Amino acid sequence: MLTIANLVPDLLGTYGDGGNALVLAQRARARGEETLLVSMALNDELPDASIYLLGGGEDGPQRLACDVLARSSLASRARDGATVVAVCAGLQILGTTFCVEGDDRYAGLGLCDVTTARGSIRSVGELRVRVGERLLVGFENHGGRTTLGDGVLPFGRVEHGRGNDGVYDGFRAGTLWATYAHGPVLAQNPWFADAVLSSVLGYELEPLDSVADLLYEERCRAIRS
Amino acid sequence: MSQSPSPRDRLGVAALRGLNRVSRASGRGSGTVIGGRVGLAISPHLLVSLAQGRTSILVSGTNGKTTTTALVAAGWGGDVVTNDTGSNMPAGHVAALAGSTSPRVALEVDEAWLGAVMSEVDPRVVVLLNLSRDQLDRASEVRQLAERWRGVLGDADDRVVVANANDPLVVYAASDARNVRWCDVPTPWQADAQSCPRCTLALERADGSWYCSCGFAKPTAITTSLRNGLVIAGEHYEMRLALPGAFNEANAAMALTALAAVDVDVHEALARIEAVTAVAGRFTQRRWNGRTLRLLLAKNPAGFDALLSTVEPDGRDVWIAINARIADGHDPSWLYDVPFEKLRGHLVWCLGERRLDLATRLDYAGVEFRVVDDVDELPGAERPVDLFANYTAFSEWLARSVPC
Ligand SMILES: [Zn+2]
Repeated sequence: MLTIANLVPDLLGTYGDGGNALVLAQRARARGEETLLVSMALNDELPDASIYLLGGGEDGPQRLACDVLARSSLASRARDGATVVAVCAGLQILGTTFCVEGDDRYAGLGLCDVTTARGSIRSVGELRVRVGERLLVGFENHGGRTTLGDGVLPFGRVEHGRGNDGVYDGFRAGTLWATYAHGPVLAQNPWFADAVLSSVLGYELEPLDSVADLLYEERCRAIRS
Repeated sequence: MSQSPSPRDRLGVAALRGLNRVSRASGRGSGTVIGGRVGLAISPHLLVSLAQGRTSILVSGTNGKTTTTALVAAGWGGDVVTNDTGSNMPAGHVAALAGSTSPRVALEVDEAWLGAVMSEVDPRVVVLLNLSRDQLDRASEVRQLAERWRGVLGDADDRVVVANANDPLVVYAASDARNVRWCDVPTPWQADAQSCPRCTLALERADGSWYCSCGFAKPTAITTSLRNGLVIAGEHYEMRLALPGAFNEANAAMALTALAAVDVDVHEALARIEAVTAVAGRFTQRRWNGRTLRLLLAKNPAGFDALLSTVEPDGRDVWIAINARIADGHDPSWLYDVPFEKLRGHLVWCLGERRLDLATRLDYAGVEFRVVDDVDELPGAERPVDLFANYTAFSEWLARSVPC
């Protein structure tokens, strides 16, 4: 049984981020995997899951979500090998510090050596990121400037938009996947969804022809570098 | 007391009236926004002098602004100035006010402009319908918006605020206002106020009420919606609207509460509101290529959810058109917040510039769909077709079709 958990969507789910969990579950089911999609509400215990998803949120909810998750067993589960896919505010929460409400620094979950400061401008618009042979296409809306520490690899190189700092977007560290492209980035990039699933299931997935492939091709054409 | 307009104001009004006439004569829309912009450029505080001496009701909120403003105007009766062209920022307000000398004013106001317009128009009543996410890539995030409303609503003693008691963000926004008439009206969309607007803890909900451990809670309402009726200040009224849906019952209840605050007879206003059948082309039946369309404007999750509930569960085809231009918001990620799962059992035809985003969303929702690259591929239909469209797609379909 593959369990996918959407974490505190009432706080982190500003931009259709719940779509990412739905996409993972549906693509796993299409490969014959028995899949359970669960959601952790504000007062719930952290569910037992193979994949945890973190979405975007405004400053107040982001801080509260970080408090809730810091009290949970998420950090120890991630260290034990659970996969975490985080976007936007979720990306910032995984790091050691982020900024809310002006320049107040706030401690993150500290799962990796990543820090986020308040950027000089808000980054709003289409994002196109080169990830090896592939493109990641999506939409970003955030005011952070994220710096990666030693041993943390960027997810990809920005070709259009801003990402972490105008050069790189997101990061990969062990079983953590993070990007500034907010939800539902996995709907626009079916290869990304399958890469996450493949890493969790431990085998190469058969291709899945669907309208999502047409959407990906169309967005790659539409967002010019 | 009303002051006489300054020479600069008179020049601004003259310029904008001239422009409106020219653009109407040339057939390029009503031209109100262009005229209004020119008027404001000549006299930046034109709105102040144009609104002076009149009784104004402002209507704002994420969903239902246009309809509620139209209901206020209809319910008031007689000649009412209103910005019924859909331009709900100061240029549209200036243009509407310059076009009529009626002492009664009903204006729809963009949420982000409410503070600025209030300070210029000095309204007798402000109606706050609801706040939820809408076009987030260009508008303020909803909590910031609620905070800004709160900052401007505490000013005047004699101003009445008519506010939705079931929307915690609206209640927070109106919590410092001195004269609030709370309305307990249907508000099914709660996804944007799961955590307390005051302290961010989780809100508790029970028996149609809501509260937070910090003490922030649903206020006592003066107006309450009932099945087929409503109560305003202890008096019961039967209500049978021609407009569909529970959301229109909420709009009507708030419009009536606003009218009662300016001493309009509620029975008479209600009769006029019940007779309204369509607002700016919405909810109307249209004809297109031999088909009858029920054209529905759905531009954000809360609005979409309310309208999806009006689709007959008989497996009929549904058409949905989605664009992502400036007026729509460039980011269609909100499609994942719409409960399209409700359309399982229907075949959905995907139209508009972002039809592939829509089709992908429907695919993951388990809803059968067809992608339509050219409207000529659409099937014939014996029964009326429900056509959902977001803002610019709605305008296209309104232009393409004709009234029944
Ligand atoms: Zn509270």
